[in-house]
Amino acid sequence: MLYQMNFGDLLPYWQVLARGLLFTVVLTLVSTVAGIFVGTAGAWARTFGPKWAGTCVSIYVELIRNTPFIVQLFFIFFGLPAIGVKMGEAEAAFLAMTINLGAYSTEIIRAGIQAVPYGHLEAGSSLAMSRWEIFRHIVLKQAFMKVYPALSSQIVIVMLGSAVVSQISAEDLTYAANYIQSRNFRAFEVYLVVTGIYLALAIALRALLRGIARAVFPKG
Amino acid sequence: MLEFTFSVILENLLLATRWTILLSLIAFVLGGVVGLIVLFARVSHSRALRTLTIGYIELFQGTPLLMQLFLFFFGVALLGVEVSPWVAASLALTFWTSAFLAEIWRGCVEAIPKGQWEASESLAMTYTEQMRHVILPQALRIAVAPTVGFSVQVIKGTALASVIGFVELTKAGTMLNNATFRPFLVYTLVALIYFALCFPLSWYSKRLEGRLNVAR
Amino acid sequence: MSLVSIKDVRKSYGANEVLKGVSLDIKRGDVTAIIGRSGSGKSTLLRCINGLETFQSGSIAVDGMAVGDGKTDLRTLRRHVGMVFQQFNLFPHLTAGENIMLAPTVVAKEQKGEARAMAESLLEKVGLEGKFDAYPGQLSGGQQQRVAIARSLAMRPTVLLCDEITSALDPELVNEVLRVVEQLASEGMTLILVTHEMRFARDVGTKLVFMHHGLVHEEGDPKALFANPGTPELAQFVGGIH
Repeated sequence: MLYQMNFGDLLPYWQVLARGLLFTVVLTLVSTVAGIFVGTAGAWARTFGPKWAGTCVSIYVELIRNTPFIVQLFFIFFGLPAIGVKMGEAEAAFLAMTINLGAYSTEIIRAGIQAVPYGHLEAGSSLAMSRWEIFRHIVLKQAFMKVYPALSSQIVIVMLGSAVVSQISAEDLTYAANYIQSRNFRAFEVYLVVTGIYLALAIALRALLRGIARAVFPKG
Repeated sequence: MLEFTFSVILENLLLATRWTILLSLIAFVLGGVVGLIVLFARVSHSRALRTLTIGYIELFQGTPLLMQLFLFFFGVALLGVEVSPWVAASLALTFWTSAFLAEIWRGCVEAIPKGQWEASESLAMTYTEQMRHVILPQALRIAVAPTVGFSVQVIKGTALASVIGFVELTKAGTMLNNATFRPFLVYTLVALIYFALCFPLSWYSKRLEGRLNVAR
Repeated sequence: MSLVSIKDVRKSYGANEVLKGVSLDIKRGDVTAIIGRSGSGKSTLLRCINGLETFQSGSIAVDGMAVGDGKTDLRTLRRHVGMVFQQFNLFPHLTAGENIMLAPTVVAKEQKGEARAMAESLLEKVGLEGKFDAYPGQLSGGQQQRVAIARSLAMRPTVLLCDEITSALDPELVNEVLRVVEQLASEGMTLILVTHEMRFARDVGTKLVFMHHGLVHEEGDPKALFANPGTPELAQFVGGIH
C-alpha cells in the first residue's frame, strides 16, 4: 500500500503556522542580540577582566557547552520554580536561548580577542588609553571581524536549536506543527513543510548576516 | 509506595545513561561510516556527485535535528513498517552526524596543500591511491581534534530522542520528575551526568588541538 | 627522432593566453634549460608536459605517447615523466625513505624489499645516506629537495622535469642540489629545467630555450646564445641578470 501525501489538510492552519514562524523569528533575533551582549561581556571577563570573573565565566561556558540545550531549558522552566524563580514559557525560552548563545559566543569572541596582535595593545597603551578604552576602541571591532563567520554559523545553529522550546509549550514554529498534526493527523506532511520553512529560515538568516557584515565591516 | 530517595533517583538516571551512551555510539560509528562515503563524494571529481552531497549536507545542517527525528519517526511508519523510537532515533542521528562529520573532514582534506596532490599525481598515482596513501593520512591527523569535539554534539543530540519517546537520560529525567515532583534536583543531576560524559571529550579535543598547533 | 615533441601548443586562462603556440623538440640526453621572465609561460609549459595542466590546442608527445589526447592514459605517461617541484612537496607524514618507496610499491607494485634497496641506493646517490628514517620536517631545504629528486628517480623516468627547483632554497643550499642535477646530466638523463640559475644553464645545459610572452623567442646552444644573444630581448634578459 502506498501512502498518499496530502498537503491540502494543512491550508486551514496557515495562521497557526504564521504565528509560530513569527515567534521563532522574534525569539531568534532577540536572543541573538542578548546572547552576543552576554558573550562580549564574558569574553571581556576572560581576557581583560579580573581573574575571579574569568574563572566564573569559564565555569559557565563549560557547563553550557557540555550539556544539552533541552536540559538547560527544562532546568530553567521546571527546575527554577522549585527554588522560587517562576516564569512563563516564552520568558524561559528567551532566557535559555540567551544563556546558551552567550556561552558559545563568549568562546568565539574570546578567540577573536586573543588573535588581535599584542602590538596593537601596546600602541593603545602608549597613546595613554585605559584598558577599557583599548578594549572598546581597538580590540573589539577587530575581534568581531575575525570571528564573524564562526559567530554567524553559531547563530544559525541556535535558531535551529530553538525548535526545542516547543517542548515547554512555547508557541514557536515546531509547537505549531505539533498542534496541527494533532488536529489533522497528517504528521509527516506537517513536519515536512515545517522542515522546509526552517531550511528557508536558515538560508535567509545566513543572507541577513552576510548583509550585515557587508554594511558594517570595511571591505578587504 | 516506592520511596524516591536521592539514591533511587540517581540510580535510575544512571541506568538510563546507558542508553544515551549506546545511542551516541551507534550514531557516531554509523554516522562516521556514512560521513566517509559522503566525504568521498563531496571531494570527488564528479560535479554531479559534489552537487548532490552539498544538497545532502545543507539539508541536514540547515534544518533542526528535532524535525529530522520527527520525519524519520513518522516517515518510516508511512512505508508500513513498524518503527520503534530506537530505529527512528538511530537513523536520524546517523544521517545528521554524517553530514556534520563529512563537512568537518572536508575542511581537513582541503587543508592539505595542493602540492601534495600534484606531487602524488606526478608519481602516476590514481585518485584512490592519492587519497589512501597521501591525503587521508595527513588529513586524519588534523581531523582527530574536531572529530572528538563533535562527538560532544552527538551526545547532546541524543537528548532530543527523548521527544519521540526514547527513554534515555533526558526522558528518564522527565519521568522521574513527574513521579517525584523534585525538578530542581532531577534536572541538576541530569545536567551533571551529561557534563560528566561531555566534558572529558571537550577537554581532550582542546588538548589535541593545542598539541597540533605546537607541532606546526 | 625527438624524445619530447611539442607542436604549436596554446593555452589560456580565460582571456589571458599564456602559451601562444609553443613548439619545441628535445632529444634523448638533452639537458634543456628554459629561461625567461616570470609570466613568460615557462612553468606552465613544463606542467603541460606531464599533464598537470591541460592545453587547448596543439600537441605534446613524450616517447611517442601523446599527452592530453584522451587516448594515452595520463598515468602511463607519468610513469615515464618525473617531476621535481619548487616547494619540494615531500609527503610530511612519511620518512625520506618511505617518500621514495611509495610510488614503486603502490604504483609499480614492486616488492617492499626491492623498493627499499633502491631507495637506499638513491639516497646515497643524492648524498643522503643515513637519512632514510628522517622525516621531511627534520631536513634542510636542500636535503628535502634532494630527497624529492630521488623520489622521482625511483620510477626510472625517461625524462625529468625540474620546475625552479632551487628558487625556494637559501643561497648556500643551492649548490648541493645543482650538483645532483649535474651528476644526472653527466649520466645521460634527459632533463628539462625551468631555472633562474644562468651559470648552471650555460655550463651544464646542452640546449637553451628563452621564452618571452608565451612563445619560444630563441633557442640554441647555451654557450653561444649567452655570448651572442640573437635578439635584444634575450640580451636584455641576460644583461639584467648579471
